[in-house]
Amino acid sequence: MTYVGMPTPSETPHETMAKIAGTAARMKVVIVGGGVSGLSAGWWLARSGAEVTVLDKGIVGWEASGRNGGGASHYQSPLFEEEQRMWPHMDALLGYPTEHQQERLVIAVSPKQLNQYHYLAKMNNDMGYRVDLLDGDQVRAMVPLAGDNCLGGMHYRFGGHANPQRSVQAYAWTLQDLGGRIVQHSPVTGFETEGGKVVAVHATSGRYECDAVVVAAGPQIQGLMAKLGVEVPLAAARAEMIVTEPAPMMPIGGVDGNGLYGRQTLRGNLAYGGGPHEWLETFEAGPPARPSSPLTRNLARRVAELFPKAAHLNVIRSWAGIVENTPDGRPIIDRMKDPENVTVVTMSGVGFGLSPASGHAVRDLVVDGQCSFTDIKKLSLSRFDGIGADWREQRGWQPARTEIAA
Amino acid sequence: MHANNGTDPHAIGTKLPAPEARYDMVVVGAGPAGLTAALAGASEGKSVLLVDENPVPGAAMGNDVPLLFGGRMTTATQNAERMLETVFMSEPMLEAAMEAGIEVLLGTSAWGVYRNGTGITGLPENVVALADKDRGWIVGYNELVLATGARDLAIGFPGWNQPGVMGAAALERLLAHYEAFAGKRVLIVGSHDFALETALLAREKGVEVAGLVEVRSAPQGDAALAEAVRAAQIPFYLEDAPAEAIGGIDGVERVRLRSGAQIDVDTVVLAIGLVPSIELIDAMGGKRVLDGARGGYIPGDNAGVTCVGDCAGLADTGFDHVEYRMEWARELGKLSQPDTIICQCEEVTRADLLGVQPPRYLDRPAPMQARSLDTLIQDGPPNPDQIKRLTRAGMGVCQGRRCRDQVAMMLAMAANGPFGSVPLATHRAPVRPLPLRILADWEESEDMRAGWDVWFGIPTQWVPYRDIDTPREREHQTAIAEGWSL
Ligand SMILES: Cc1cc2nc3c(=O)[nH]c(=O)nc-3n(C[C@H](O)[C@H](O)[C@H](O)COP(=O)(O)OP(=O)(O)OC[C@H]3O[C@@H](n4cnc5c(N)ncnc54)[C@H](O)[C@@H]3O)c2cc1C
Repeated sequence: MTYVGMPTPSETPHETMAKIAGTAARMKVVIVGGGVSGLSAGWWLARSGAEVTVLDKGIVGWEASGRNGGGASHYQSPLFEEEQRMWPHMDALLGYPTEHQQERLVIAVSPKQLNQYHYLAKMNNDMGYRVDLLDGDQVRAMVPLAGDNCLGGMHYRFGGHANPQRSVQAYAWTLQDLGGRIVQHSPVTGFETEGGKVVAVHATSGRYECDAVVVAAGPQIQGLMAKLGVEVPLAAARAEMIVTEPAPMMPIGGVDGNGLYGRQTLRGNLAYGGGPHEWLETFEAGPPARPSSPLTRNLARRVAELFPKAAHLNVIRSWAGIVENTPDGRPIIDRMKDPENVTVVTMSGVGFGLSPASGHAVRDLVVDGQCSFTDIKKLSLSRFDGIGADWREQRGWQPARTEIAA
Repeated sequence: MHANNGTDPHAIGTKLPAPEARYDMVVVGAGPAGLTAALAGASEGKSVLLVDENPVPGAAMGNDVPLLFGGRMTTATQNAERMLETVFMSEPMLEAAMEAGIEVLLGTSAWGVYRNGTGITGLPENVVALADKDRGWIVGYNELVLATGARDLAIGFPGWNQPGVMGAAALERLLAHYEAFAGKRVLIVGSHDFALETALLAREKGVEVAGLVEVRSAPQGDAALAEAVRAAQIPFYLEDAPAEAIGGIDGVERVRLRSGAQIDVDTVVLAIGLVPSIELIDAMGGKRVLDGARGGYIPGDNAGVTCVGDCAGLADTGFDHVEYRMEWARELGKLSQPDTIICQCEEVTRADLLGVQPPRYLDRPAPMQARSLDTLIQDGPPNPDQIKRLTRAGMGVCQGRRCRDQVAMMLAMAANGPFGSVPLATHRAPVRPLPLRILADWEESEDMRAGWDVWFGIPTQWVPYRDIDTPREREHQTAIAEGWSL
């Protein structure tokens, strides 16, 4: 499989899988949260021989993991090279289709956008990740739906995208095939600790004994970790997307820009998001609703500007997802000091694409106590030690207006 | 410590625009129920806006919006002016409404209702989103009246996915409102009141009715109506069902019944049931309840929203519509083949739906093939939205208008539960397919433009890892943040 625009990895994912086999034999791991972060961690741990149980309050991937843009090009992350190494092999490794596609194009319809993209291109090239600059005509040759308004763009010779919903299910199914257990409709309600360790996890469906716990519950991480006396600063917000009926297939489906992220699906639909988010309260039982807003109209406008030749296509749906953010917007992937067998993973806005890599990092933390393939120290929870109680207010990250009962 | 000083320029804040206009009352649907409500509002001195999506553009009718037209409309439906005229002609109360000072907008669909509540507080006020053939816009309301009627319930059988298989509500619209039905001889499936009325209407309009097919052993509707049908020499095929619709390039030519009877018709009219049109209520997060005697899911108690007419529920005659349609679904399911299409937009077959298999453009490796609805049900009750995402059934341009109900029935049967044991697949705005350029807000506020970002506008988020906590960090942050308000 090709691995473009990137340093050559020293090992194939299949070799990695062979290496970890049996390293966690008989270890009982309970994972709280069946989104991509929890499921990928579960998959990596099961490949290591652990006995994995994933508990979710609803069905797998029902929150952010099944509602996102599917992008997988996170060059800013220490997990980036692992993300790039893994994705082209995920279909084969999981045994179920993820619709992963390689490479991305980002195209500009204003001079300001073009400037921004040139900066990002240089930033990537400096890191050794190949990005080619394109002029308007080059874009139009590669992106049949682009119009005369396109000023140019950039071509990431790496990165890509996949189908979030199919990928979630692929992780879940393959985990079951490996003997892992997925218990749905089973919110976790508390933990039983003994000697500085969590020895059992309590859920509505029962009590689950464990040697290690992974807390991957999205916005609900904050409330769950508080039960263990650990403060994880998180703020939840709503992000929205729209999708059109199918358009003729473009050679590279991963085209975005004009302030949007998204992709053309393998079916041809244009699925895009972007624009203002709304900060929300976090509900312990999960969001009671995930409404969209008239932002749908602003998204429609930007998609029509991005692809003038698709402006006649019908929008068929809008949706929203809730995503949690840390104060600096970066993930937390960390194993706690107390209780010392608890690992936390919250990925903010980049968790889908990075999931094959975040799962690997979590597996390493759970089994070996440290990440084997990259430095993730700057993603530790301790960077927020002493953060004031008013960190949300300082950033203006509070709900827009007072919550009104439905 | 933080640069924003307590405000987030990229949060929704107050960026969502105020509505273009405000009314004391907005009524959606200009059938008798909507008109009556609008007139009552106007007589109390309220400012009233009354919208109706009819006449829908010809292209949308081709997508079975809002009813199951089955491609059996004449080219007259392509003539927008004529269509508008026929709508006026067929509904005398429209003129009265205009005389009463009601603002009447035809050819205008309400594609969403947005309300502040749990999960959204950024709206300047509660609004209805509208679109006509030229543009989209939003209006404010004090009172919202939904009179969106009921739509055709479709249940597939071999050959139903071709022109000439349509719904009774669509036929009624083409015959009684548009005078634009392209068929000559029809077979009606079902025998409850609406099926009987449809038979009589078709006959009155000069359409030949070859018969009514009923899965049960007797006509199901009102005895006097059934008698009128009999008196008109229209035969009932009892304890029978369509086994296959056979046709050519123009669609249906013949139907073969389970009993072996072959009937030459150009149109099969599905009159098994009507489904209250609760799309808007559901998409706004409103309450709904299941009531078999009133046609299935109907609106619950929703503050500030009144539902009238068929969308509030069919008249309760003591007949259990849900039980009746489940019986039909079981029978037509038995007559179906593995390759019988369930979702027409995405061409999902019965076998692929029950096997939870992905579309054909994806590989089906061995583990994938080993999965099925049964293995999924072991993980908990089936969720139509989850199945939709995996199989694509209901993910097409019609957003499940044609297959939503039958998929729900199939899932309930597969889970060995009653109809309500499986959650309803969600409706989302826009509840009608609308072109990007129509939906678009071309008059976006400066506030919205300036606050726009691809993602959350948190500059620290995108700094390359190796540069975090180095002098380069600030440089990146500044450069990245400058590009925002794209
Ligand atoms: C609109 C949108 C677009 C996005 N676009 C992209 C993109 O293009 N690329 C990208 O990489 N990322 C994107 N993201 C972000 C990405 O979706 C998330 O980072 C990722 O899905 C996080 O996965 P997760 O498993 O950590 O959390 P979640 O998906 O939130 O999963 C957490 C799980 O925990 C469960 N849970 C919560 N509380 C409990 C409890 N008490 N007991 C048991 N279970 C519990 C929940 O039910 C849920 O299933 C986007 C997000 C949104 C909303």
